[in-house]
Amino acid sequence: MTEWLNVILQGVLIGGLYAMFAAGLSLIFGVMRLVNIAHGDLIVLAAYVALTVTDTLGIGPLTSLILVVPAMALIGYAMQRLLLNRTLGDDLLPPLLVTFGLSIIIQNGLLEVFTADSRKLQAGAVEIMTYQVSPGIWIGLLPLIQFIVAVAVIAGLQVLFYRTALGRAFRATSDDQSVAQLMGLDTRHVFAMAMALSLAIIAIAGVFLAVRSNFDPAIGPARLIFGFEAVIIGGLGSMWGTLAGGIILGVSQAIGAQIDPGWQLLAGHIVFLVILAIRPQGLFPKVSG
Amino acid sequence: MSDSAYKVEHATRSSHIGVIIIAVALVVLAAAPFWGDRQMLRLLAELFTFVALASLWNLLAGYAGLVSVGQQAYVGLGAYLLFGMVILGGIHPIAAIFIAGPIAAVVSIPVAALTFRLRGAYFAIGTWVVAEVFRLLASQISVLGGGSGISLPASVIIAMAPSRQAREFELYWLALGLTVLVLAAIVMLLRSRHGLALTAIRDNEVAAQSNGIDVTRVKLIVYVLTAFGTAMIGALIFLMKLRVSPDTAFSVNDWTAFVIFITVIGGIGRIEGPIIGTIIFFFLRQTLADLGSLYLLIMGAVAIVVMLWAPKGLWGLIAERFGWQALPLQRHLVSITKDKP
Repeated sequence: MTEWLNVILQGVLIGGLYAMFAAGLSLIFGVMRLVNIAHGDLIVLAAYVALTVTDTLGIGPLTSLILVVPAMALIGYAMQRLLLNRTLGDDLLPPLLVTFGLSIIIQNGLLEVFTADSRKLQAGAVEIMTYQVSPGIWIGLLPLIQFIVAVAVIAGLQVLFYRTALGRAFRATSDDQSVAQLMGLDTRHVFAMAMALSLAIIAIAGVFLAVRSNFDPAIGPARLIFGFEAVIIGGLGSMWGTLAGGIILGVSQAIGAQIDPGWQLLAGHIVFLVILAIRPQGLFPKVSG
Repeated sequence: MSDSAYKVEHATRSSHIGVIIIAVALVVLAAAPFWGDRQMLRLLAELFTFVALASLWNLLAGYAGLVSVGQQAYVGLGAYLLFGMVILGGIHPIAAIFIAGPIAAVVSIPVAALTFRLRGAYFAIGTWVVAEVFRLLASQISVLGGGSGISLPASVIIAMAPSRQAREFELYWLALGLTVLVLAAIVMLLRSRHGLALTAIRDNEVAAQSNGIDVTRVKLIVYVLTAFGTAMIGALIFLMKLRVSPDTAFSVNDWTAFVIFITVIGGIGRIEGPIIGTIIFFFLRQTLADLGSLYLLIMGAVAIVVMLWAPKGLWGLIAERFGWQALPLQRHLVSITKDKP
């Protein structure tokens, strides 16, 4: 019994990481109806940026966030302003294919620079500290921090969306781009800000991913898929939904892995497909795709 | 009153020339075993399979607007069906190719029922999830080697043809024949009533719907037919490779990234695009092959540049500038009676 409780608890905690993968994806889809196929590869890129920063400056991964987050946000702003804004329009194909091309470029660029060797960020003592919640149930400090950060990120996004001027601009362009433009909003800038924010979240997710497990240039697409599944399970457009979606995915994978290691990923995908079959709008929908 | 009458014609002067060039090319290619060496035959056979895969993806994404990044699901399914039928069922490999197609078509119906619930770009990632599920399931099949894959038994390979050369000729003609079959099927589909509906959907989905086209039905038909063709080509590819594993059979790079780049660079939404794109792709590959992963990076960059600055691809540029079409596909009205006073 306690064994299963442990499994579910670990699943919930990893769900926080998946929710961070999902939040950035959901944010830009909400603001500009763009699905970024390179999302997962950008998470891996953030991990490599953090690796370079920690190696050169000799600081810890969590401290490196001070540099990695703004760096990724800047990349996001430039990428949207210079490249992706050109692809937006009625036609679905250009943004899809351009982000798909970016995904291949990032993967192979990382492969060229960092080789296919698997890497990991070392966070030191914090990695192995655990607390006993009740007899037989243990919580690692790092997964706990990761989960709390995920909740904070989503709460922060919620506040930003509904309480700030930037959030108002996001919601306005999301509702009607041309009216927003008439009201004096520079939508190109608003979109670039949304992408910057998305990549800032990606940076946090990437660092936690890199501390938690090994990474190499090829693991991006699977992260995109986890984020995407969490978005669809939670329901399009709902920020707290992505957290719920991430947790459901994390718990499904943990239970699958407990039954048979080969079933970890499969269990997550199957739960996603079942939810798609019986409740295609997701659990907490807000907008229609 | 002028009582002029019109009829719809497909052919233009350029398409007459195009058809002649294609006919000559086919004869030359069919005779390749008599003028090319083994290396050449292998390269051409691989080229044909990419023409077929790209043409099928072009039909799906370029015409029906179903941008899938999960077609490797059907390449891999076809491959595993072939290996399963040959190794476990003792079926002749060539027969297995033709059985794999209809089975994949049947499998694609429930897959469509699920993924069609996702719109636009989310559909793309949804198809990818399905391909991942197929890959993970394939690695659970222990009789076919599980995660590490399996080779075709030597006895099966020897039984295919009396000599190694005869087998290579057989596979070459099979690749050429299947590709011509796939292309002919696509051309016939596009020239049919459904083809007109498809072209309308390509140009404007909402307008097509308001003119009474059952868009979802047409899309479903295209999705199922594409699965049919893709699985047959997948089975053939892995019959030529003689070995299958989950990672190669369901590879997103090989069967989707390359195929998408080929189609985009050649010209999406036109039948000629994938053919031009494949020729460029193979030319680049032969010249840049030493670059390794940089080569993929360059392909990605070229595809982005083409998508942003020449979204109709190279053939699109040519077709618009000169009004060419290599195959008689476009419909236009021709007056057949002169105006009377």
